[in-house]
Amino acid sequence: MQKTKQRLLTGNKAIAEAIRLEMERDPNVFVMGEDVGVYGGIFGATEGLFQQFGPKRVIDTPISETAFIGAAIGAAAEGMRPIVELMFVDFFGVCMDQIYNHMAKIPYMSGGRVKLPIVLMTAVGGGYSDAAQHSQTLYATFAHLPGMKVVAPSTPYDLKGMMISAIRDDNPVVFMFHKTLQGLGWMDQLDASVGHVPEEAYIVPIGKAKVVREGTDITIVGIQMTTHHALEAAKKLEQHGIQAEVIDLRSLVPLDRETILQSIKKTHRLLVVDEDYLSYGMTAEIAALAAEEGLYDLDAPVRRLAVPDVPIPYSRPLEQFVLPNADKIFHEAMKLVNE
Amino acid sequence: MTISIDHLIWMYETMYKIRYYEDKMAEAYAEGKNPVFNIGAGPVPGEMHLATGQEPAAVGICVHLKKEDTVTSPHRPHHHAIAKGVNLNRMTAEIFGKVTGLGKGKGGHMHLFDPDVKFSCGGIVGAGIPHALGAALAAKKKGTDWVAVAFIGEGAANQGAFHESLNMAALWNLPLIVVIENNQYGISVPKSASTSVPSNDIRAVAYGIKGYYVKDNDPIEMYNVSKEAVERARKGEGPSIIEIETYRYLGHFQGDPEVYRDKNEVALLREKDPIVRMRQFLMKEHGIEEQRLIELENKARQEVEAAYQFARESDYPEPEDALKDLFV
Repeated sequence: MQKTKQRLLTGNKAIAEAIRLEMERDPNVFVMGEDVGVYGGIFGATEGLFQQFGPKRVIDTPISETAFIGAAIGAAAEGMRPIVELMFVDFFGVCMDQIYNHMAKIPYMSGGRVKLPIVLMTAVGGGYSDAAQHSQTLYATFAHLPGMKVVAPSTPYDLKGMMISAIRDDNPVVFMFHKTLQGLGWMDQLDASVGHVPEEAYIVPIGKAKVVREGTDITIVGIQMTTHHALEAAKKLEQHGIQAEVIDLRSLVPLDRETILQSIKKTHRLLVVDEDYLSYGMTAEIAALAAEEGLYDLDAPVRRLAVPDVPIPYSRPLEQFVLPNADKIFHEAMKLVNE
Repeated sequence: MTISIDHLIWMYETMYKIRYYEDKMAEAYAEGKNPVFNIGAGPVPGEMHLATGQEPAAVGICVHLKKEDTVTSPHRPHHHAIAKGVNLNRMTAEIFGKVTGLGKGKGGHMHLFDPDVKFSCGGIVGAGIPHALGAALAAKKKGTDWVAVAFIGEGAANQGAFHESLNMAALWNLPLIVVIENNQYGISVPKSASTSVPSNDIRAVAYGIKGYYVKDNDPIEMYNVSKEAVERARKGEGPSIIEIETYRYLGHFQGDPEVYRDKNEVALLREKDPIVRMRQFLMKEHGIEEQRLIELENKARQEVEAAYQFARESDYPEPEDALKDLFV
């Protein structure tokens, strides 16, 4: 049988292709943000769109996040489907009122009469010495607040499919992409930032986690970069005779509880890994889920690995010390299986 | 400028309706809160910001608007909502927390949304301006002549959202009109202690747009400048700022001890009340018979009474309805 030739794309091109296909399909879709036009987005998420659609549908804005995210709300209430880019998630501080007090709450406060089909697209993640104000993921900050779907895809395939889902969703969706998984020439070159992406439009559903590696001895839950770290750790664990099951969470809201609970029924051990801060975060939420609904399936207490509760430091040894990586996951997993 | 008699009559009866609505709301709000004031008690709990005295700002511009035009409003929204034609029964039911309300009881008095007439409001100072900006952007993208009006208080003109939005509206030449109701106080702080310029229309210069100033709570002057601002916006001539000098007869919220102003201040303001002035103006300058005005007033009162009755007789939502409507 002839093997189908697979087309490979980087993460950023997968996102841009998703947006392009939806803009071709629906004239109400448009993009707005800082440097999304001729530059193509600082992390390439709108690459080529300005050249195809022009300045009326790919709109460079002033550095006025409150005004342009608020304008996305106003335009969405009028039936448009805006995609707005918050360049770094860290910048949420200058515009969070529009995000959580308005975008997230207006549909609810209106009793469902006002729909806000907005995609708030934003770059997350560290590991390249960009320091405390440009390296956070802040997954839990957004996932904590009701009224927004929050997704964080890990592969080019999922970035495209989940972006199409997000654009077609009638609810506000916070779409987080990881900078180092965009496959940009000026960052670390990771194999994970390139992958097979079909040319046509397709959907990856929001709210569904994915078992990216099957195993029987331990469940490792990751998201975005930590999923890739977990897969690398799983290879090393296999050399020690341990079969790790790795779950890529993909969506924080809605959270796919079932996939996690099914997995711990099988493996009886749970390690949760996050590139966000440890306390009050995603790892705590999943540990609570396991405690509330899966406690009797566990043979050992849940372990968590995340950024200890300090801002992301600049200097390379300091930053590498606080970020999770494959080695740290391997060691945590070894401790857990030996308990 | 000559004003059509229909417009004058509409402005008068709408101001009258607003005043009567707010007076009724003050009474309803006080129920269950005597002799001890408890903000959470009575048929209308929570904060209550009434617009008594500020009617000219709402009617002077809304008379020029159509259903397709967007209005955003702040925490003191009733006069704007009534002038924009929000469903009075459902609005009142919302304020009473009833299932028949605009938001099925999830919003309350500061969060009224009526997409049928493109009205919304919110409790965060200045935050509605970007929403109107987005509506203006959508109007332009769709190739319509629709406009968007953001009502704010003078305190909101010191928020970043005001300046960011006006810069973008000017940059993109959008049909946005920001109406600043200068009711003299940001809660307790007088404008002179919060704002670096004597009036905010001056700030239009900073964005290269039109600025208008309306003195002494005058509905006719508000009508005139609004007409020009709305016509300019419809013709693609860009955004404007209108500041109107207006007065809030009541506290910032009901229950405000008002320690920051002289007790006689409001009494003096009521002597030159804009609704009384307009009534006299209609009779003296336009020969409208008093009997006709009395009929209009009766009709307005009946409409308001019916809305309150509808709200009181409606059911509360089921408690577990709190879990619905998060996502569509």
